[in-house]
Amino acid sequence: MQIAIASGKGGTGKTTIATSLAKSLAGLHQVHYLDCDVEAPNGHLFLKPEIQTQKDAIVRIPQIDVGLCTTCGRCVEVCQFHALAQTPEEILVFPELCHGCGSCTWNCPENAITEIENPIGVIESGITPEGIHFSHGVLKISEPMPTPIIHQLRKNEKRSDRSVVILDAPPGASCSVVETLRAADFAILVTEATPFGKHDLLQIFGILKDLKIPAGVIINRTDGHESEMEQLLKEKQIPILMQIPFDVSIAAGIASGRTLIDIKPEYLERFRTIFCQIESLLAAEEAC
Amino acid sequence: MLKTTAKTPQLVVLSGKGGTGKTSISAALIHLSESLSQERRLTVVDADVDAANLNLILQTEQLATYEFWGASIAEINTEKCTGCGDCVPICRYDAIFPDSQNKAVYWVDPIACDGCAACVYACPHAAITMIQQLEGHWLHSRGDFGMLFHAELLPGRENSGKLVSLIKIKAQKWAEVVDSPLMIIDGPPGIGCPVIAACVGVDMALIVAEPGLAGLHDLKRIYETLKHFKIPSVLCINKADLYPQGSLEIQEFARQENIKVMGEIPFDTHVQTAVRMGTQVTREFPDAPASQIIRKIWQATQEQMVHLGLIALKEKGSS
Repeated sequence: MQIAIASGKGGTGKTTIATSLAKSLAGLHQVHYLDCDVEAPNGHLFLKPEIQTQKDAIVRIPQIDVGLCTTCGRCVEVCQFHALAQTPEEILVFPELCHGCGSCTWNCPENAITEIENPIGVIESGITPEGIHFSHGVLKISEPMPTPIIHQLRKNEKRSDRSVVILDAPPGASCSVVETLRAADFAILVTEATPFGKHDLLQIFGILKDLKIPAGVIINRTDGHESEMEQLLKEKQIPILMQIPFDVSIAAGIASGRTLIDIKPEYLERFRTIFCQIESLLAAEEAC
Repeated sequence: MLKTTAKTPQLVVLSGKGGTGKTSISAALIHLSESLSQERRLTVVDADVDAANLNLILQTEQLATYEFWGASIAEINTEKCTGCGDCVPICRYDAIFPDSQNKAVYWVDPIACDGCAACVYACPHAAITMIQQLEGHWLHSRGDFGMLFHAELLPGRENSGKLVSLIKIKAQKWAEVVDSPLMIIDGPPGIGCPVIAACVGVDMALIVAEPGLAGLHDLKRIYETLKHFKIPSVLCINKADLYPQGSLEIQEFARQENIKVMGEIPFDTHVQTAVRMGTQVTREFPDAPASQIIRKIWQATQEQMVHLGLIALKEKGSS
């Protein structure tokens, strides 16, 4: 089963929930944790894995054989991303704009294009002290595109049908969030009961509707102002899985790199209960 | 506030990590600069187009909405498709599947399609065409400060960087016309495409850091990004007293990297209350602890902009 943790708004507690859920299930299931927030990955700070493998996340970019190239410009014409430009003397390649689709390579009439690997980040994998299979992607500074790394991160994962995969999503509601959510069976949305939290949650609902992924919500840092959020979720028929009250000791504990279940051990059972709840929600969906 | 260069100087507020308080602080700075730009000539951009929240706490009047047509995605004409399958191995985004209605032909999953058009050229029957997508809307809204340029990306769409670039171009044009003294850009989280788009042409960055391991980790990543693009940065620490040890670590990092710290904002529930009221903390609760420090941060940030030769402050008493 694949469970994605998303939020829309940043800093609502996605990684807090994802790491605590992973740790809560570690003794009961084979757990994989994938940190898909490749622009600002933080899961390793809490799960403290021993990294065993490291490999480049790559985009295959064109390399033009100037001996064969006639500068006909066909590659420039087929490229949708303006990653190639034609001058009278040569074809220029702009690697940071290249999506690595291969279209220029296949369409070159002279077979003058080969592909070379352009590393845009790294994928690191390892194991945590609790036995969680950990992987994360790290986007290289100044590289614009996170999605190819998330794609490779998800494909990279070797797992059985019975393992539980926890996908820690990036904030926002654009392509990188879609790439994370694509194969998820269920989404846990972490929000806060503010106008910002509400606005950004509605954006995520839009994505989940397109992808047909069922979801539940965790309201984090509650302070007695939740009635509007509760009403909204009732209208949308989205279950509230948990509410976590604002607590200075939790905030300080998380800041120091501890997971929620280490700070407040009573949450361990609550996360296990959420997992059972998700299993039964999915079973009910399948039966319908 | 007077600008000292022909171009309107640009200040971007960034953080790397999400939820550190970029929008609340940006809104407060915009409020504080009202008094310096009484002719309502401040230019404001909300560059977090997939979670655009700034207008929720600025009192603005929406003037116009425009459609944003972005990338195209592939669509297979089922009448022309013979089911040869030549397009399937070509697609590197795993976006082409047998059609659910008719398994003999193929279908492009619009969510998975990257818009590269490789399949269009690979199809021997010219059955695939590219269809341009409506990817969002952009708007401009008037407030007491000046003009806000913002946008709403449709959920899950690509090209958030392009939409950020577009609203920044529109904002720059307006800034030129009214001779705007300053552009404040509320940036997106992360370090990727929309952040890079928000940073194009920027003169200075204010980083909002949060104490803690994650906050420090992401602060380093946004700082490296800004350094790469040669944008001078200053920083402030938000919710500094929630984890004092973390604030010390940020101060230490700032010292090592020679980054000026504009101030440390304490955790203050007035900030959240102001957000829930749809306003800025400095306007609603001018005496709140957070407001007092944000005023100092704004003062120090302006002094830094003066130091960089971006603006000149008007003498007190003169108009």
